[in-house]
Amino acid sequence: MTRKKTAEKRNTGPAAAAGAPDAAVEERRGLLHEMLRIRRFEERCVELYSAAEIRGFMHLYIGEEAVAAGTMAALGPDDAVVTTYREHGHALARGVSAEAIMAEMFGRSTGCSRGRGGSMHLFDTATRFYGGNAIVAGGLPLAVGLALADRMRGADRVTACFFGDGAVAEGEFHECMNLAALWHLPVLFVCENNRYAMGTALAREHAETDLALRASSYGTVSWAVDGMDVLAVSTAARRAAEAVRWGGGPHFLEMRTYRYRAHSMYDPDLYRDKSEIEEWRRHDPIDALTTRMRDTGELGDDDVAAMEKEIAAEIDAAVEAAKAAPLEPVEDLARFVYSEEAVRP
Amino acid sequence: MTTTKTRDADKAAGNEPITYREAMRAALRDALTRDDRVFLMGEDVGRYGGCFAVSLGLLEEFGPERIRDTPLSESAFVGAGIGAALAGMRPIVEIMTVNFSLLALDQILNNAATLSHMSGGQVGVPLVIRMTTGAGRQLAAQHSHSLEGWYAHIPGLRILAPATLEDARGMLWTALENPDPVLIAEHGSLYGMAGELPPGAGAVDIDRAAVRRTGSDVSLITYGGTLPKTLDAAERLASEGVQAEVIDLRSLRPLDDATIMSSVRRTHRAVIVDEAWRSGSLSAEISARITEQAFYDLDAPVGRVCGAEVPIPYARHLEEAALPQPDDIVAAAHRAVSGDA
Amino acid sequence: MPDFTMPSLGADMERGTLTRWLVEPGDRVHKGDIVAVVETDKADIEVECFDDGVIDTLLVQPGANVPVGTPLARLTSPAAAPSAPPSTAKPKPPAAKPKPPAAKPKPPAAEPKRPVPAGHPEPERGKPAPAPRRPEPATPLVQRLAEERGIDLTSVNGTGHGGRIVRADIERATRPKASPLARRLATELGVDLHHVYGSGARGVIRADDVRAAARAPRRPAEPRPAADEKQAAMRRAIGRLMARSKREIPHYYLGTTIDMGEATGWLRRRNRELPVARRLLPAAMLLKASALAAREVPELNGHWLDEKFVPGDGVHLGIVTALRGGGLVTPTLRRADELSLDDLMSALKDLLVRARSGRLRGSELDGATITVTNLGDQGVESVTGVIFPPQVALLGFGRIVQRPWAVNGLLGVRPVVTATLAADHRATDGYTGARILEAVDRLLQHPEEL
Repeated sequence: MTRKKTAEKRNTGPAAAAGAPDAAVEERRGLLHEMLRIRRFEERCVELYSAAEIRGFMHLYIGEEAVAAGTMAALGPDDAVVTTYREHGHALARGVSAEAIMAEMFGRSTGCSRGRGGSMHLFDTATRFYGGNAIVAGGLPLAVGLALADRMRGADRVTACFFGDGAVAEGEFHECMNLAALWHLPVLFVCENNRYAMGTALAREHAETDLALRASSYGTVSWAVDGMDVLAVSTAARRAAEAVRWGGGPHFLEMRTYRYRAHSMYDPDLYRDKSEIEEWRRHDPIDALTTRMRDTGELGDDDVAAMEKEIAAEIDAAVEAAKAAPLEPVEDLARFVYSEEAVRP
Repeated sequence: MTTTKTRDADKAAGNEPITYREAMRAALRDALTRDDRVFLMGEDVGRYGGCFAVSLGLLEEFGPERIRDTPLSESAFVGAGIGAALAGMRPIVEIMTVNFSLLALDQILNNAATLSHMSGGQVGVPLVIRMTTGAGRQLAAQHSHSLEGWYAHIPGLRILAPATLEDARGMLWTALENPDPVLIAEHGSLYGMAGELPPGAGAVDIDRAAVRRTGSDVSLITYGGTLPKTLDAAERLASEGVQAEVIDLRSLRPLDDATIMSSVRRTHRAVIVDEAWRSGSLSAEISARITEQAFYDLDAPVGRVCGAEVPIPYARHLEEAALPQPDDIVAAAHRAVSGDA
Repeated sequence: MPDFTMPSLGADMERGTLTRWLVEPGDRVHKGDIVAVVETDKADIEVECFDDGVIDTLLVQPGANVPVGTPLARLTSPAAAPSAPPSTAKPKPPAAKPKPPAAKPKPPAAEPKRPVPAGHPEPERGKPAPAPRRPEPATPLVQRLAEERGIDLTSVNGTGHGGRIVRADIERATRPKASPLARRLATELGVDLHHVYGSGARGVIRADDVRAAARAPRRPAEPRPAADEKQAAMRRAIGRLMARSKREIPHYYLGTTIDMGEATGWLRRRNRELPVARRLLPAAMLLKASALAAREVPELNGHWLDEKFVPGDGVHLGIVTALRGGGLVTPTLRRADELSLDDLMSALKDLLVRARSGRLRGSELDGATITVTNLGDQGVESVTGVIFPPQVALLGFGRIVQRPWAVNGLLGVRPVVTATLAADHRATDGYTGARILEAVDRLLQHPEEL
């Protein structure tokens, strides 16, 4: 529902008024919009967290936006997504409304998990978004199972499963890579390698740091992608997703990316050098695409300003709606521990 | 060539004695036949026929898509069962023993039991996990524990313990119809138990405890593998002048408080028999509930006969000493009745 | 001896402000005693010292803000301090300055900033959890009730704030043990559990006992259960013995009222220094005084055998002990005059517990040379008893009560107790009898020498 709305908005952007852009330009514009939207949304989250409107653990995606925006663009509405606790960007790019996400972080009844999940557990069955999972690698078996159901029913759907470099060290990762490959299941494994498992650098947790190489040992088609280049991400994701969809078995993409912010709002970020962050900022995915589109004349100053304005309005509205939304009644505390018949799958 | 299917059918038709194992298999066959969303997966459930031969012959009948041998990856295949259930399938996942299920504990607790609530009721997990539990076969500490009480601690799960042929035959279908994850703990010592199933035996409720023997002097509360021992003890107690009532819990979560309390209110004495360890256990929970709900009906402290607090040892005499035996149950019942508790 | 320093009360604490000292130079402190209050960013926190010693100098004055680790007070080792017991060695009366650990029942309202009640520091402050604090002392009401009913407070579980013993705990302690169902039935059937025999383990009353008791008055002909029979037998034995006493022994009786001001005051001070489990009851003092008095007046300590008095081979006190189900036993406290008050207290406690649970050894049931009965716990002010043959004397004590009393020509309110003597006129005359009461009185005026 919200996905459609977003798409419509893209079509009524200033560029559309300037003349009919070709599909590639339109796609790039859409990717830029999505990345910018994720970043501005999370920047607002930081503000709200500091003001104690949002509590709990909150993990920011700032710097990694290209992965969510580029990968989601490769999925269709019937595909499924399973992800991690750093999932605001995935949820937004998948089409979960900013309002439902913000309300969830405010702990409101209108939140996408009715205030029971919070930042780390966004769910939306309407977009087949099966949740932020806060156990590292805990979502991988679910993705395998969703894909198994599709496989057994002959459905040509893809299950995209996001996880970080830390998950590759977990047993569940290896069990799932093996099982998916053994059963030839339609899973797109998207490893967001941001070089740190919380505070532990890649080289300090993996004997072999080439994660795509390791995934390929299960007989899975695997390759590494520049996760700071949204066009590279979307191209790779599209290729992999289509291969998965048409029976090519599981695929593994190692998205090499970086988070600028600390692991969570509690993290003093003492384990890495500030200069390293600055170095990665020079490859910022939003700046890179903006520069490129400006250079080719696909984007003007007014376009960026209009985009910013539209996004700010959407986020303002989401925050206002979240603040005004009712709290879930305490009498309903125990609801959903066991299913209510109406929501039986 | 005789398949298990024809042999089982012969038994059913001829009213021959049937074993617990065969009753379980009949339940699996029934479910696989009735609902094409149902499939069975687990270690060695297919070609091997199941570690305890429960699924023997089903691969030939239903094919490898629906009788799936899995790698030794408990976390992955239990989690895959959860994912398939999220997508609307009705998976039956077999874990060889409850000890091995700990390798999948993350999936069972953090996903199966949690997803419905954590998603604000958007998703359900209609999954059945079967596992063998319990000691008595000299399999030593890593194949013999009774950890179903741990699972009964977890909101979001249902835990069943079929202890009779009727329940072995009838609980599975009802569990599959349930929209939430259900764990079925099958006590290993029961698989060979034989008897006759009434004609037309089928689905049974999974909510209520059952009074397996009536009596007026003391309520013996048990489930699963200790039910036969408790019934033996009740028989002996009767010859010694004590009329014991035997309650088979059947469902460990939720617990059927009403049946327990109504019995205790009549007998005024309760002894809980559980092969699991005593500390922080299901038997402790039941004892606490009796104290909470039937305190003023108690004429003796609630008694417990539990497994010794040791990892189950291998040697027969040590294993027997570690487990509740009819003698222990008889003695505990006498203590409750005589007030010498 | 290490100094007492500003403690770290949290991972993030670097400095603290000393708010208040709870000790003075010269005070003896023990590991775990609360000695000062320190203000941190979070709250005012009572802090404990980690050594035994004597406060020598206070180095930091209240109000000072100092870094963690700064010495706040200098301690000297206990050996360097006067070694006599503090209560007698101290020049100041101890009552004027209660020791912090044992007796500091301050209303929490006095310190509004404190977030948690005294004695319960929050565990998260990053220091090792303090040793469990001793329970707060019982209130005077509770102490009085306990004294009256002969209950050893150390055996009572306190359910009040911070483990304090409250009145309901005393009520519970004297309640007969019964199963929940038996208790409910007793209420429904109007049966008083105090008069029901318990057939369960350790005498617990069970439902059938209550039903039997409810039936009993209506069906007196029913065969009585074995325990009733046992009790009846005990009654008959007491009857025979007492009838023989009154038949054979020409009793004479004397009585006097004794000022207990010194004794109870000393006891209170003494108890403040003792751990809860070793606190003394007034009964122990009365017994000790009786034993010493019997040693002073040997004519009353012994047996009348074959028409002549045979002195005892020591002072062995028979202690009349009422049983909950009815009846009494008289266990013997051997060589009571040689026991220290502390030892006498623990021996007494042990005897009473075992007497009431029927676990006395045979040797403990005879050999007494003089008997003491104390009906104070029943609220009685005086008791003139019947001598246990072949003994020749019995001392009786009533309840310690507050009475107007003249001391040095001034009228005040003092605790007093009435002591009585029943003695065998064949063995002694009233003159001898008076001496033992005089001795008891005198001894109780110098409780520290008991």
